[in-house]
Amino acid sequence: MASTVGRAVGATASYVDDRTSIAGFVKFFSRKLFPDHWSFMLGEVALYSFIILLLSGVFLTAYFVPSVTPVIYEGDFVTMKGVEMSEAFASTLHTSFEVPGGLLMRQIHHWSALLFTAAIVTHMCRVFFTGAFRKPREINWLVGFTLMILSLAAGFTGYSLPDDVLSGNGLRIIDGVTRSIPIIGTYTSYWLFGGEFPGEALIPRLFTAHILLVPGLILGLIALHLFLVFLHKHTQYPGGGRTHRNVVGLPLFPVYTAKAGGFFFVVFGVVALVSAVFTINPVWNYGPYDPSPVSAGTQPDWYILFIDGGLRMMPGWIGSLPSEWVIGGYTLSWNVLVPAVIVPGIFFGFLALYPWLEAWATGDRGEKHVLDRPRNAPVRTSIGVALVTFYVILVLEGSNDIVANLFHMSLNDLTNFFRVSVFLLPILSFLVTRRICYGLQRKDRELVLHGHETGRIVRHEHGEYIEVHQPLTDQEVWLRVSFDDIAPLEIDPEYNERGVRRRGHRWSRFKQGLSSFYFEKRVSPVTPAEREEAMHSHH
Amino acid sequence: MSTTDQSPGMASDTFEDPGVPTHHRPRLADNDPKAAKRAERQVAALFGISALGTVLAIWAYFTQDIDAADVATIRQANLLIGLGICLAMMGIGLGAIHWAKTLMRDHEMVEERHAMRSSDETRAAAIQDLKDGAADSGIGVGRRGLLKGSLITALAIAPLSLLVPQIGSMGAPWNVDQFRHTMWRAGMRLTRDPDGSPIKAADVTIGSVFHVIPDGLYEESHPLEEKAKAVVLLIRLDPRDLNIRPGRETWSFDGIVAYSKICTHVGCPVALYEQQTHHLLCPCHQSTFDVANGCKVVFGPAKRPLPQLPIAVDDEGYIIAQRDFEEPIGPSYWDRLKGTPFTEEGGE
Repeated sequence: MASTVGRAVGATASYVDDRTSIAGFVKFFSRKLFPDHWSFMLGEVALYSFIILLLSGVFLTAYFVPSVTPVIYEGDFVTMKGVEMSEAFASTLHTSFEVPGGLLMRQIHHWSALLFTAAIVTHMCRVFFTGAFRKPREINWLVGFTLMILSLAAGFTGYSLPDDVLSGNGLRIIDGVTRSIPIIGTYTSYWLFGGEFPGEALIPRLFTAHILLVPGLILGLIALHLFLVFLHKHTQYPGGGRTHRNVVGLPLFPVYTAKAGGFFFVVFGVVALVSAVFTINPVWNYGPYDPSPVSAGTQPDWYILFIDGGLRMMPGWIGSLPSEWVIGGYTLSWNVLVPAVIVPGIFFGFLALYPWLEAWATGDRGEKHVLDRPRNAPVRTSIGVALVTFYVILVLEGSNDIVANLFHMSLNDLTNFFRVSVFLLPILSFLVTRRICYGLQRKDRELVLHGHETGRIVRHEHGEYIEVHQPLTDQEVWLRVSFDDIAPLEIDPEYNERGVRRRGHRWSRFKQGLSSFYFEKRVSPVTPAEREEAMHSHH
Repeated sequence: MSTTDQSPGMASDTFEDPGVPTHHRPRLADNDPKAAKRAERQVAALFGISALGTVLAIWAYFTQDIDAADVATIRQANLLIGLGICLAMMGIGLGAIHWAKTLMRDHEMVEERHAMRSSDETRAAAIQDLKDGAADSGIGVGRRGLLKGSLITALAIAPLSLLVPQIGSMGAPWNVDQFRHTMWRAGMRLTRDPDGSPIKAADVTIGSVFHVIPDGLYEESHPLEEKAKAVVLLIRLDPRDLNIRPGRETWSFDGIVAYSKICTHVGCPVALYEQQTHHLLCPCHQSTFDVANGCKVVFGPAKRPLPQLPIAVDDEGYIIAQRDFEEPIGPSYWDRLKGTPFTEEGGE
């Protein structure tokens, strides 16, 4: 540290610390340990794509004009010459074709938005399937859940800004969905659009939401999300020496500074590559918004597909039963309300509250820092797979015309198939997944009891042939036996010994029912005694 | 019951945690100085590639002129700047990760966690602090109810002073009755979308379809909003194929019918017409309407038929509207059947 640079660094550090006592922070953060696993990078992808969104978004705001004032396009892009369009659409064309690097920035922005939502959803799946949402992380699950909803809002508000035919029809659908809400829907739509659809108010309002309101909230919640990650210290996968009371890993500085910091640049590099090579949202082909035209194969961005799929799936008539009712002169449109409001509401509500549901079932009050291998929580894993199945069917139905076209199928048959399978396949996938989990758990037991098959056949003196099994190492055994073996809750009887009805018995009964749904059937880990016995019986 | 909560060796019915694996698989660079040197050079090379990428991006920015009239120039500039940024970022990223993976110490360390729950003393002290503060303020338990009540009321209603103007102004003038009517009037000509030329009945051959806007749409003060409600599809069927609904015998002209183009589901334009089956299909959610049977729904999520526009032919042979639609067009909403009644002539 005798060098000039070293002295300068030291002096600066001292200067800052004298005024901020930052040394304490540095000491707290720099050697903080993080466990290592590839699946922990999914959240990082989400964070990094958000940073890329901020960087590319700042570029775009320099050129985008959030106004629907009509102008005649005077630029050089031939097919749009002389076409009347909004300033928003014209400025999008200008950014794409007349600003050097503008098209690239638009594509980087759009691709990273798709990546952002995709990474959040995948990260959420990881957290769900490994049980990382358990105590003490329930609040952080809610923060993450809110971030997911906000990412959809960020995506949709941005998607609508160029004011092209495709996004305009998307807004028209939003108008239709808003109007379906009983009592307040009509006025909510009028309020949102500042009058009739499409109106002049919406694009500027969406712009404010897209560049200030939503990203501001996202930024704040990301700070809270990461603060809680630091406070709780990261979860870890099971393995030797990893308990609910420690964290085993590598320090933030230098290993994760290099790995995670480097990973930001990798994500940016990949997004830049994709954006350099693949066109996305070519609004210049769609044309400016006009309420009349629309083409076949219209689709929203991927993260809205599940709502669009629901809208396509719900029939207007179920046999002779209409899905729109008029009661006392007032109209109730179940065909819009159910797929676009009620079902997403229940789906997201269930997701948000899931950690508490499971806590009631386990009755476990302890902090959980070691993750579950998905097989060791069979019912949770199966619920997750059932939800994913449900979601995927809606997404596929949201692309039903494209799927039907691709496979030369009847669009109507495909839709009818999805209408049935949206009920059946989640149940089926629940049952199949649970079966697979139990199977994997039994396989684990088998391995612990009898060891690895070696394929080596040995003949005994008395003629018996046996296959030699290689016993598992202590680490291998530990991985397969160190999971929580949770028994269903047992509750006190309804009446106590003096014949007085217990308060809250109904609630206890509910929790007991839930608990037996989760843990009635379970595969317990091997005990040392069982292993001992199995080992001996073979010799 | 959790096996991992057991302390090692305590009970015989659980396995003993073998602890963090002590063996450490050595990497090439751990023992071989040559390999370490090689890894160092690789990392440096990756950082070098990044610098070259930056140069490429800047070079491309200054040399690749773009011309909106020639899409190829845009594509090329896009590609070169993008590749430059990609290399600039990727070089740093891969270099840093390679460095971490080959050269940085990779021995796992263990750190104890602390329970999230504060100690009982801390909790008690916190509660005491709050009690002290409450006592200082004079609003201790059971005291100064008036003060508490008025403060809570004031806080609860204060947001309204901002929200009411905000919500009230954003939706002004709250004239939702506009949803109920379009600009179609008696005698108004049906014209082609988008050029606005009128349509002669004789021009509408059997099986053809016209995308229609009202005459004078572009003179309206809000043409886009009017267009979003008033667009119509004009279709001619063989009159023998057409099942006219009772009461609508005078609404069509010799097999020519006009229906609202706005879907009764969520409002997309029902833009696709299938000549053979006389079906109209909405590309957004595939509601399918049978033109031969009053545009009733034959498939998909819509419940109501498309509203029909009563038409006639004027003295010069052009197709005209008899009046406005007799019901609100487009998606359903709560009070769609309420509000000002529809008059014989249409409009207000």
